[in-house]
Amino acid sequence: MTTKTLKASAAGTSVLPALFAVVLGLGIITLTGHVQASALHDAAHDVRHATGFPCH
Amino acid sequence: MFSRILTSGLFAGAAAGLITALLQLYFVQPVLLHAELYEGGELVHFGADPVTAHPDLPGMFAEPMRDGLSIIFTMLTYTGYALVMAALMSVAERQGHEINARTGLLWGLAGFITFHFAPGLSLAPEVPGVAAADVGARQIWWTITVAAAGVAMWLIAFGGNLVSILIAALLLLAPHIVGAPEPESFSGPVPTEIGALFAARAFGIGMAAWVLLGSFAGYFWQAEGKRAEAAA
Repeated sequence: MTTKTLKASAAGTSVLPALFAVVLGLGIITLTGHVQASALHDAAHDVRHATGFPCH
Repeated sequence: MFSRILTSGLFAGAAAGLITALLQLYFVQPVLLHAELYEGGELVHFGADPVTAHPDLPGMFAEPMRDGLSIIFTMLTYTGYALVMAALMSVAERQGHEINARTGLLWGLAGFITFHFAPGLSLAPEVPGVAAADVGARQIWWTITVAAAGVAMWLIAFGGNLVSILIAALLLLAPHIVGAPEPESFSGPVPTEIGALFAARAFGIGMAAWVLLGSFAGYFWQAEGKRAEAAA
């Protein structure tokens, strides 16, 4: 019974975990690649150039 | 499901990111440091006298803080990529596609095209000191191009008919036909040889990095699935 309930709920929310992971991943990429706050920009500078992000 | 995505994404991203960071520090960073000598005016090109092509450059970890931060940020960036990839792998597997270290190689190539090559085709990887358009405009174009290329890669891989291939081709071509933001004038002091080498190295290391990332993500995705099954 418990197993059934778990399986049903897992299938029902199957898209949500993927969606949340995509949002989290894109959030990290935006932070390391795009945000122009100077501390972030300076720390990520070399990586942004080497990874093909527009830097400055 | 979420913990499987998170775990495989974190493992794959951290491992591929670390290897990539070391490859970048060895192959890309010296070219960047060389360019910065021109950006800062320590070396001047187009003068009357020839300039040495082999100035003394600081080695790997000569600036530990700078290179250490680069390692951390590369690992973070590739973890971001890996989370997106693992999430999409979960969707593809649900649709009946096999995900493992071998098919992951193709996922990696598609990721490289999406996040690195498609935007880089018109916004070439730039060394410091080159002329470029406003950074905000370039970021918008970069984001749209990456989104279009990502959808195109999915359509090519899983669309399964001619129409989806045609739509994918259109999505891949459109941003470049519209064109990326370009500088109004050229003012970069960096020799073209350095700029060309930088772009080539950035793309080459980028491709290696993404193929590793895809394969690792496929491997950990499968391994985490088996582990969860065994635990259930």
